[in-house]
Amino acid sequence: MKIKYIIKRLLVAIPTFIGITILSYFLASLAPGSPLDALLSDPRITAEELARREVELGLDKSVIVQYFSWFQQLLQGNLGYSFSSNRLPVAQLIADRLKPTLLLAGFSFTLSILVAIPLGVFAASKPNSMRDYLSSGISFLFVGTPNFFAGLALIYIFGVVLKVLPTGGMYDSSGERTLVDLLRHMVLPMFVLSFQQIGSWIRYMRSSMVEVLQEDYLRTAKAKGLRPFAVIRKHAFKNSLLPVITVIGMSIPGLVGGAVVTEQVFSWPGIGSLMIQSIAARDYPVIMGITVLVAVVVLVMNLVTDMIYGILDPRISYR
Amino acid sequence: MKLRQDSYFKDFLTKLSDHKLAMIGVAVLTLMILVVIFVPIFLKLDPIKSDITAFGASPSEKYPLGTDPIGRNIFARFLYGGRVSLTVGVLSSLIGVMIGVPLGLLAGYYRGWVEIIIMRLADIFMSFPSIILILVLISVIGPSVWSVTLVIGFLGWTQFARLIYANVLSIREKEYVESARAIGTSDFVTITRYILPNSFAPILVAATFMTASAIIMESSLSFLGMGVQPPAASWGNMLYDARSITVLSTRPWQWLPPGLALVVTVLSINSLGDGVRDALDPKLKI
Repeated sequence: MKIKYIIKRLLVAIPTFIGITILSYFLASLAPGSPLDALLSDPRITAEELARREVELGLDKSVIVQYFSWFQQLLQGNLGYSFSSNRLPVAQLIADRLKPTLLLAGFSFTLSILVAIPLGVFAASKPNSMRDYLSSGISFLFVGTPNFFAGLALIYIFGVVLKVLPTGGMYDSSGERTLVDLLRHMVLPMFVLSFQQIGSWIRYMRSSMVEVLQEDYLRTAKAKGLRPFAVIRKHAFKNSLLPVITVIGMSIPGLVGGAVVTEQVFSWPGIGSLMIQSIAARDYPVIMGITVLVAVVVLVMNLVTDMIYGILDPRISYR
Repeated sequence: MKLRQDSYFKDFLTKLSDHKLAMIGVAVLTLMILVVIFVPIFLKLDPIKSDITAFGASPSEKYPLGTDPIGRNIFARFLYGGRVSLTVGVLSSLIGVMIGVPLGLLAGYYRGWVEIIIMRLADIFMSFPSIILILVLISVIGPSVWSVTLVIGFLGWTQFARLIYANVLSIREKEYVESARAIGTSDFVTITRYILPNSFAPILVAATFMTASAIIMESSLSFLGMGVQPPAASWGNMLYDARSITVLSTRPWQWLPPGLALVVTVLSINSLGDGVRDALDPKLKI
């Protein structure tokens, strides 16, 4: 049954992936300018040479034909070449930037879970108490603060006024690339990228837990004299986590989007910075490559979420 | 008929006015709207004109927040920027409603292939980071106040379509809808008279929250240099200069006020949204 469920989810993910590639390819094809513009600026170029290059790049064919040949290349792992002067393969450009982004996003994701879930449970354990207002206040503030302003404010406080943390980059320009140095550089961007997730997950965790705690079987647990903490840990926690897992899965696009802004604020050399650079330079092969990568990551994460859900809630497998 | 509508509305207002946080939000927003509209008019402030005698001046009596590196009055830009940020937020939320509600209604009411196409599209849009789609779109049509508003609004349709879709699915099987259809009411009248009014509460709540997130999105885009372009001011592009560490560390008056104003605005709108939700339908989960 599990295998069947996974295959079913995979079959749903494939059309979504194709849909995203179609959407972004045609969007990019609407953009003004063509790859030939760079050649036109060369005064020695002849009309025949231009026509030859046009055929070579497939630009003489219709957009639909171009899409299919691009998609075919994509399936073979070929993302094309950057329009920029160095003409590097897009796959290589992206691979160089992948590690910093995965590092930042991974740590931030973990941090968000470690902060939001306990705070949400803490708030729900005594609704309308001081602790509830405190956690809800934190959640409200975090959701309402734009990433870039939170970033600037934290850089100002910790980097400029207190001078305890670096203001940007991944390593100090001088000196060795040590782990300690990396962690020092990662603290602020990691927190900033977590704010949105922490804010919204606290809220969902709280309301889910409040709902579960009203169930009859929990009243029984309390009635038989179990301490409140044990009631939550043994009986309520797993059930209240279910809806939150869906929410966490749905936050992945938000996390990726937040990374674009956060990396820019902290000059973090990741995919997000590459995206902004490519957009400013109208480097469409790179933009398309990143878009496809993000689509794959998001869809895979959705699958993972579904599977975790299936493990925690065995009933789902038989639907 | 008229009497009942009045009491529904009054009931809503009474419940909303009991919500303390929402009332603080309303007060702050009202004050803010009045200030950004009227103060520039009364003080005859100009956000674009450069004062060639004061480049990058510190705060003074003439310039409460100093001037930027090319001599523009930052206080004036702060107020005009507020107008832009608030307008973009409200307009793009309206655009989202105008696209999403009809599509959601169609999908929920007619089912079949209309439903499959519209809801699959919504899935595709929602499974993708909207800021990346917005950045690609903006790079295609070029950044400006209007393109930013349109693009944010356009990509906001999914949440409204989903809400309405779910709502229509539950309402269309209700007996009063069935009886309306049985006596030969046209589809258009059934949808607008019986189904739409019942979907009003979730739309209003979602639109309020979307205004807040649209303001954040606009300011983020402008901060990245892909939104509202100078000489026009917005709270986001006023923070663009603060990317340089010198501006950030030596001229906090230049970036702190627009940043704080953004946070205060978004918090006020969100608390108003909470209040509206609790007053209209406490069971709503948005």
